[in-house]
Amino acid sequence: MHEVISPIPGTFYRKPNPDAAPFVEVGSQVQPDTTLCLVEVMKTFNEIKAEVAGKIVEIKAENEQFVNPGDVLFVVG
Amino acid sequence: MAHTPRKIFKVLVANRGEIAVRIIQAAHELNMQAVAIYTDADAGNLACQLADESYRVGENLAYKSYLNIENVLKIAKEAKVDAIHPGYGFLSENAAFAKKVEEAGIIFVGPSSDTIATMGDKAKALEQAKKSQVPTMPSTPVLQDLKQALEQAEQIGYPLLIKAIAGGGGKGIRFVANEKALKEQFNVAIAEATSAFGNGGVYLEKYLENAKHIEVQVLGDGENVIHLYDRECSMQRRRQKVLEEAPSPSLDSQTREALCACALRMAQEVGYKGAGTLEFLYDSKSKGFYFLEMNTRIQVEHAITEMVTGVDLVRQMLRIADGEPLAYKQSDISLRGHSIEVRINAEDPQNNFFPSPGQITKLQCPTGSGIRLDSMLFSGRTIPPFYDSLVAKLIVYDQTRPFALSKLKRALGEFKIEGVKTTIGLFKKLIAHERVQAGDYSIHFLEDYIGGKYGV
Repeated sequence: MHEVISPIPGTFYRKPNPDAAPFVEVGSQVQPDTTLCLVEVMKTFNEIKAEVAGKIVEIKAENEQFVNPGDVLFVVG
Repeated sequence: MAHTPRKIFKVLVANRGEIAVRIIQAAHELNMQAVAIYTDADAGNLACQLADESYRVGENLAYKSYLNIENVLKIAKEAKVDAIHPGYGFLSENAAFAKKVEEAGIIFVGPSSDTIATMGDKAKALEQAKKSQVPTMPSTPVLQDLKQALEQAEQIGYPLLIKAIAGGGGKGIRFVANEKALKEQFNVAIAEATSAFGNGGVYLEKYLENAKHIEVQVLGDGENVIHLYDRECSMQRRRQKVLEEAPSPSLDSQTREALCACALRMAQEVGYKGAGTLEFLYDSKSKGFYFLEMNTRIQVEHAITEMVTGVDLVRQMLRIADGEPLAYKQSDISLRGHSIEVRINAEDPQNNFFPSPGQITKLQCPTGSGIRLDSMLFSGRTIPPFYDSLVAKLIVYDQTRPFALSKLKRALGEFKIEGVKTTIGLFKKLIAHERVQAGDYSIHFLEDYIGGKYGV
């Protein structure tokens, strides 16, 4: 199991924009460079990558929730 | 009482940060009451402390609060305000918001919703510029397909920009150096514009290699309009302005008068009401200037114009909205001295300008003649992570540009903000650079400078 951790404080977004589909769902196959979410701080959007290949096992943060550095965002199995 | 309001006895400031503070201060000087709005993260901020009343407008995310038209209007009615000042950003150029304010019987401090809809739309504003015989950048209409784009590009010549008609604030612009790049990027630009702005319309515009960004401030009461000369805002990073000066060091007096006359003619032809800015690109080699777009609101950099003309723009906006005729004639406006503004952002220039929200642990502000600090800072305040990183504007004024630069150096040396990273250090180095000292910088200078092109 690999935990994808937020490196920064900010707002967690599961979608590239409000009208779009989420980047990934539980069960999605991902590669190390797959974008899983955005974390926005002061209008700067940061793409968070999976870092490993595997399947999304759990999504730990809610869309638009504020996350802190070190918070687990996804679990990849 | 120095001033008695006519219709506006209470104004709601639909904004936050330093501009909310600025508007509240102007309202108080006119003996108007001011109402602030805030989110949880903004509770207790300087605007709330200075306002006569403050109301929670919603959750921290901007679209649930400062951008939520219904919430803002609900507070306006509850607080029984006579007027709403939108500041800059957020709802300031939202024609639908202005219309709803008008329909609610509340005065919108700014132009009419119709003017915002026309002049705030890039394509319509360009049409108006052409009608007013104001030079515009060679450009195309909104494009139907790649074939049409390639044909039109051939006529204008490369390099070009692909621009989204619904873009703004530097967003929705792509550079294409040649035909190959246009073929590659055209459909991507449409997809990006559709996704970002909900409107996939794009057009092409000529690209100037060493362009300067020069803008003209106008002020009108719906009948009479005046200009308040120019500002140069070429110091930009990612198309966001970071340092501005008035007047521009690049214009000779003949070009300045021609540019300002053009801007004024266009503002007059639309019967402009309130404070507005016409933005131009300027090619110092040919002395050609080209209208880009109009901002139908007060701007971040309005203070430098106030310093060199002696006109308080926010006060004038409120007085005009209050029903007074324009207090100045064009012949009343002249330039005196030089003013420079630097935008202090909570960002780390050492780490690719990464945002740096957090608590201000220590604050020491520059003081003295010719120094103005428009700010939301106070010691102990936490800068929230949810909004823009602008925390203060340091504005200096002096007799000449060299003295203004010298004063800015002195003021930056006195300015201490601890607890968060800021751009103060960057400006200390930047203003010492010979190109900045000479006023010889284009809109590409800062990114080249940061990239090490000038040996830094």
